Amino acid sequence: MAHIPVEGAFEAEAGAHVADQVGFVRRYIFSTDHKVIGIQYILTGLFMAVVGTLLAVLIRLQLGWPAHQWTLVGKLLPAGMAGGIMTPEFYLALVTMHGTIMVFFFISYVLVSGFGNYLIPLQVGARDMAYPFLNMLSYWVALLSALVMLASFFVTGGAAAAGWTSYPPLSAVPSAVPGSGWGQTLWILSMALFIASFTMSSLNFVATIFSLRARGMSMMRMSLTVWSFFISAILGLLAFPPLTAAAVMLLFDRHFGTSFFLPSGLVVANQLLPHQGGSPLLWQLLFWFLGHPEVYVLILPALGIACDILPAFTRKPVFGYRIQVYCLIAVGVLSMVVWGHHMFVSGMSPFSGEYFTLATLLITIPMTIFGVNMMGSLWGGKLRLTTAMLFTLGVIAFFGTGGFGGLFLGNATADMQLHDTYFVVGHFHFMIGGVTLLATFAALYFWFPKMFGRSMNESWGKVHFWLTFIPFFTVFFMQHFLGLQGMPRRYYAFTSYEFLQRTMGQNVVISVAALTLMGAQLIFLANFCWSLARGRRAEANPWRATTLEWTVDSPPPHGNFGHALPVVHRWPYEYSVEGFDADYTPQTVSPREVPVTA
Amino acid sequence: MAMRRIFPLKLPVEALLVGGLFLLTGFLGVGYGARIWLPPLASRHGAGIDAMLTYLLVAVGALFLVGHVALGVLIWRAARQPRITHRLATRKTEWVLSAALGLLMALVAEGGVLAIGIPVWSEYFGAVPPRHALLVEVTAQQFVWNVRYPGDDGVFGRTDARLIDDASNPIGTDRDDPAAADDVVLQNEIAVPVGQPVTVRLRSKDVIHSFFLPHLRVKQDAVPGMTPEIVFVPTRKGTFEIACAELCGLAHYRMQGFLHVLSEDEFRLWLQEHSSGS
Repeated sequence: MAHIPVEGAFEAEAGAHVADQVGFVRRYIFSTDHKVIGIQYILTGLFMAVVGTLLAVLIRLQLGWPAHQWTLVGKLLPAGMAGGIMTPEFYLALVTMHGTIMVFFFISYVLVSGFGNYLIPLQVGARDMAYPFLNMLSYWVALLSALVMLASFFVTGGAAAAGWTSYPPLSAVPSAVPGSGWGQTLWILSMALFIASFTMSSLNFVATIFSLRARGMSMMRMSLTVWSFFISAILGLLAFPPLTAAAVMLLFDRHFGTSFFLPSGLVVANQLLPHQGGSPLLWQLLFWFLGHPEVYVLILPALGIACDILPAFTRKPVFGYRIQVYCLIAVGVLSMVVWGHHMFVSGMSPFSGEYFTLATLLITIPMTIFGVNMMGSLWGGKLRLTTAMLFTLGVIAFFGTGGFGGLFLGNATADMQLHDTYFVVGHFHFMIGGVTLLATFAALYFWFPKMFGRSMNESWGKVHFWLTFIPFFTVFFMQHFLGLQGMPRRYYAFTSYEFLQRTMGQNVVISVAALTLMGAQLIFLANFCWSLARGRRAEANPWRATTLEWTVDSPPPHGNFGHALPVVHRWPYEYSVEGFDADYTPQTVSPREVPVTA
Repeated sequence: MAMRRIFPLKLPVEALLVGGLFLLTGFLGVGYGARIWLPPLASRHGAGIDAMLTYLLVAVGALFLVGHVALGVLIWRAARQPRITHRLATRKTEWVLSAALGLLMALVAEGGVLAIGIPVWSEYFGAVPPRHALLVEVTAQQFVWNVRYPGDDGVFGRTDARLIDDASNPIGTDRDDPAAADDVVLQNEIAVPVGQPVTVRLRSKDVIHSFFLPHLRVKQDAVPGMTPEIVFVPTRKGTFEIACAELCGLAHYRMQGFLHVLSEDEFRLWLQEHSSGS
């Protein structure tokens, strides 16, 4: 009901003439247009990805060649690598910040906030988000959060060094580790800002999808992209606030003498601390109550997007649309009740370990169905191997490999050996690193023409795919087996351990592959920048796809849909309807012209 | 002409490359994984963990291979088709496939846990330590494993955090307590007799550490404020490394200790030697 006046209000100010009246600043900087905000998120996220990648370069240099002196790098980073040799405290800051930046400031910003903002109104047939001002606010808070996180590199003691999970007491006691000074405080503040921003944008996603869908756009006519953003936003709303609370508690423990996470009798650096009565496990429970759903907040949109890119390049509907929707819902529900599988050896009750094992492994059921259905979408299709399609196929493969690793880690008995080893590092890099990264690239190549009115270069795109897929797979597949050999994560060096001597060569291979992978991203950056300025002009529907965003100009005008909002007549996967020349039927085509088939 | 006969169709290079990529990924992945194994086993319950891992590696390896081969073949076929050959599956097909997959994964994942995993898990955690089990207390601190044996009386002396001094009294033993007199306190070295159950009582002075014995398949977090106990039986003699598996600060990477598994006699001798020193 509520959407009628809102829609009317937009109707009144629709059209490009409105955009012409506002100045440059309101249009491109403090804009309330969801498309501009989406692109702002994407550009911010890509910048953060560059930072996160540079950190990874340093990590791999250290792990591949632990005693080597990198004189040139030493000159660039006199604090962390004096004389070209990395200090252990700098290494810990690197892994902490690499994880934090990639999870929260790259993938969350580009894939979820960026593409979510850009695509949801366009795909549901709305002129903008439900709360455009809140949307603008969410971006500026997000930017502030990123800046605070970056600033933490420059404070005394350096950036946070307690891991992206920031387990207290390490993160709560400033004397426990150098980065646990101002670096950790800024980390907490930045996370609180991030969650505030993410909550605003999740609210917007849910409200827009509930109330601003175009006429005829029933829930079961929404694309899987929109469905995945919808479930992801609900998970975000439910799971993120507890970490805000936990972050405030941690801040109080650090600065105001409370003891939420600190028990009595702590002796750090030979000093008895006055805290008493707290529990370090409480943080872990709160953190993973966010942390596990967070994985799904990131990965569900990756899967939804992959499902939507597939039919454009197989020229047939996705396989099992309804079942895919049910799987997304089932996974969303299950993801909220399995956080304890991160804590099998934490000292929590072994009985809850059994519960968390059985619940976690239930997730394999909807996820396997989802993955096989994606492969089913290829069956009998007519493939066009564009860059976006290659990355989408990569998503399917990585989703399989990553999911299989989950069978090991979700199983408490196997996890006893694998917990906190490189098996975990390999696993989550496939899932929240790989599936999401490849989906991000697929989405960028796919929607770039819509966003900027120009196409990215396909040949370089394909080179980028090959040089991303192969090294990425090598690095993180091998890391699973490092973990099997017992290699613990977050180690500055492994040289003193007899049982790890045989992994030295493997680490060199991994470092070489990782540096190749990171170098290959320069091809993407160059292609991205070059295409922005010089790419081939894109038409409205270059991929001959069916969803609503392809029915409008590239780039779409302010207000998206001209004077009349679209009316939707069919599901989003109407490809190759028998007896018709065009092998795609946009959602707006009436059933009188082309019959509705599902 | 001869070439025409050998390759009657124009080879779609891209379909071959992309299909081949996924196909090869499957084979290379399994081939690589099959060559790597854990550090050689040295504990009784570890055999159960190894059985769980073996099961998973075989089952998951098979699924991994089948999945990648299927993906490669699907791409290879579909990339050469001039038109689509299947459009929409019937609802029944969709549901039957989903049910079959659901059943398969329930069997592979949950079945494996119920048949192999949970029995091992509950035996490991549910076992009541036998009365004759050797009791060792390990108090972790940045970046040392403080090891304490209760001595002949079998009772640990009282400890108090207020008495801790890293140099002279690392775990804060109350030296007025008579039970403390014969306690043996060491750093980074634990000795145990082979074939006998050992109970390790874990504590931490400062931050969270994790007591990791890769060869014995033992890993347990040492959390300040908690004293979890773990029981294991070493099955072969030798010196095994102890590593810290939870990020605990700067020198986390060299918080190394050693577990010496000795014969009964050697162990008694070792304990005597070390008690005179403490």
